[in-house]
Amino acid sequence: MREILSDLDRWQRQGKRVALARVVDVEGSGPRLPGAAMAVNEDGEVAGSVSGGCVEGAVVHEALECLENNARKLVTFGYSDDEAFAVGLTCGGTIHLFLEPLDW
Amino acid sequence: MSDSSDQESIFATVKRLIVAEAPAALATIIDGGNEASPNGAKLLVQPDAPTMGSLGHDDLDRVVIRDALGELASGTSGVRHYGATGEARQDDLSIFIESFAPPPQMLIFGAVDFTAALSRVAKVLGYRVTVCDARPVFATRQRFPHADDVVVDWPHRLLDNVGKDLSQRDVICVLTHDPKFDVPAVISALQTEAGYIGAMGSRRTTDDRNRRLLEEGVDAADLDRIMAPIGLDLGGRTPEETAISICAEIIAMRAGRLAPSLRDADGDIHR
Repeated sequence: MREILSDLDRWQRQGKRVALARVVDVEGSGPRLPGAAMAVNEDGEVAGSVSGGCVEGAVVHEALECLENNARKLVTFGYSDDEAFAVGLTCGGTIHLFLEPLDW
Repeated sequence: MSDSSDQESIFATVKRLIVAEAPAALATIIDGGNEASPNGAKLLVQPDAPTMGSLGHDDLDRVVIRDALGELASGTSGVRHYGATGEARQDDLSIFIESFAPPPQMLIFGAVDFTAALSRVAKVLGYRVTVCDARPVFATRQRFPHADDVVVDWPHRLLDNVGKDLSQRDVICVLTHDPKFDVPAVISALQTEAGYIGAMGSRRTTDDRNRRLLEEGVDAADLDRIMAPIGLDLGGRTPEETAISICAEIIAMRAGRLAPSLRDADGDIHR
């Protein structure tokens, strides 16, 4: 969380709505530990990361949806097979993310 | 003013505590929420301050506070499962407890060139770095701009003050390689819970130090805690390369991995 605080500050000062995605659980091989955080503002700007760059694109999509519906959700990303555009972790692990609007 | 709109939000408090490097743990219901305890409900726990927020039930709050303090002590974060009012061995509610532990500490004894490089690499890794040397000419802020604190004192006297607060997450690096300083420093270091104690010096210096330590009453098990000569056997030479080898050894030791430590090899360190 620490590394995204300055971006969160700036966005809050600008009055932007922000969704926060946090890694809550990792099974098997995963690049980031629970607590790794990524924030997305309503314009789709991103701070932080939750994997080694494997699922961040999909997280932006989920985060914007979470702002649109003003809803929280648990999202799981697992192993992606060799379909070129499948979203997943190539490392073979599974990560669970909790997404919520930063309104607390 | 008691108007609730004047109260700092939980997130604002979390932000303030992270910046102040104060320990805190944030519990969030992430799954299985109900009307009283909805998903997203939060409880912020600090060791020596009142809690903020609630997970919707006093009994649930109570057990989560206990578990959050436990996670915080070990600096870990993870999901735990509870019954609707905090019962163990039930899994109605999934609660993510995120620890915001203060950064681990690195104490570096000896104000030498290697210290400047080590303090820089340690900062990259997130350590709070204190440099300590009894010689005021060498222990200056200017020489160690990356250190959080530069202390002019004997290392063992510094440890008399701060040693009891050190935990498994903290590390002590003795770079003085002068028996006058490093023998008392290592003896004091061994009385702490620090997870890593390393001492710099050639093989001859290391043998000599070990002999002196045994003479001072240090036992074999304690001697075994000391990583000396300090660092992995990477074959580097510069202060920066040496700093990397020390930090890599610290990571490997924490993770319980076998990386080639200098201590476990023989022959010249530089060849």
